[in-house]
Amino acid sequence: MKTIKVSVVTPDGPVYEADVEMVSAKAQSGELGVLPGHIPMVAPLEIGAVRLKKGNATEFVAVSGGFLEVRPDRVTILAQAAERAEDIDVARAKAAKERAERRLQAKQEDIDHKRAELALRRALNRLNVANRNF
Amino acid sequence: MGASLRDIKARINTTKKTSQITKAMEMVSASKLNRAEHNARSFTPYMEKIEEVVASVALGSNDASHPMLVKRPVKKTGYLVITSDRGLAGAYNSNVLRTVYQTIQERHRSTEEYAIIAIGRVGLNFFKRRNIPVALHITGLPDQPAFADIKEIANKTVNMFADGTFDELYMFYNHFVSPIQQDVTEKKLLPLTDLASDKKLTAYEFEPSQEEILEVLLPQYAESLIYGALLDAKASEHAARMTAMKNATDNAKELIRTLTLSYNRARQAAITQEITEIVAGANALQ
Repeated sequence: MKTIKVSVVTPDGPVYEADVEMVSAKAQSGELGVLPGHIPMVAPLEIGAVRLKKGNATEFVAVSGGFLEVRPDRVTILAQAAERAEDIDVARAKAAKERAERRLQAKQEDIDHKRAELALRRALNRLNVANRNF
Repeated sequence: MGASLRDIKARINTTKKTSQITKAMEMVSASKLNRAEHNARSFTPYMEKIEEVVASVALGSNDASHPMLVKRPVKKTGYLVITSDRGLAGAYNSNVLRTVYQTIQERHRSTEEYAIIAIGRVGLNFFKRRNIPVALHITGLPDQPAFADIKEIANKTVNMFADGTFDELYMFYNHFVSPIQQDVTEKKLLPLTDLASDKKLTAYEFEPSQEEILEVLLPQYAESLIYGALLDAKASEHAARMTAMKNATDNAKELIRTLTLSYNRARQAAITQEITEIVAGANALQ
């Protein structure tokens, strides 16, 4: 099986680096699957899970937005925050979720509202990825 | 003269204690500098990649345009100034603040024309004392900041350009050259006018469209530039503090040396005087 190099990079350092058979991610325009030999492409990502298929196993990385860059020999995902499923701090994500929910209920100005909504989505995404729940 | 033996002894002791503290601070800063350099290194791959993609997307075709790429008439300028929270770092803060202050005096006539975004307590206090408008500020950042620590202020800063509060944004900070040299740097953050890459540009497919990608990419890029500057400034801060503490330790050693010399001299004088008195006393008895 042909493979393609994938790296997930954040400002705090590389998070994931491996050769995989397929990368799937949730782009803003919809689900996106990349196989080796894909034409060069750039696509912005949603807050969501990136699935990396390697043999029979699939690994998950939670990303908070960012974008995906495809080249014939490699795929790079640049996100402001990303964690592999096993590195996610579940307790912290739960706390963040509750905090965001409280803020959403308080309903203040629109900017705060939007920020809390994004925070909630990031927290839910982390929890989903950690529990492999899709 | 006149200083008694006891006074000199006391001064030697206090100087010794001070030098122990400065020595310890020097070592702490050295290890923090080490980690700061490590942080800057792990940030490099992200920065290089995003630069490459931004250059490819923005320069790849000519019809791509985005407000962040276009110069507009300047009504208000934002200055992002990075200082430390604490002092004892030699000229680290005063160098940056002096440069910013002079720049503002040269470029602007009224406080309507600019505002400061202050990272670090020393800078915040400096501008407040001089009645210079501070639009945003953040203090109490850790010594090894993660991106999440400044995400909010970086995001707000970039938004202030996007919503027209500022028409241009500059960053002022200490650029880390080496552990003994840090240079005050002025960098234009927005608009992004000097995008250039020495690497070969890639022709990409865009999903969904080039405009929408720039919409995501450029703010993320600008925020990374701010984070990069912060990491650079933090490394400089630790280096500056290390050097300042090393100088303080050296000075203390020198001071201890001269004090010990005068202590010994005073002791010798006292002994000589005692002997003279004894001899004089013995002579008087004969």
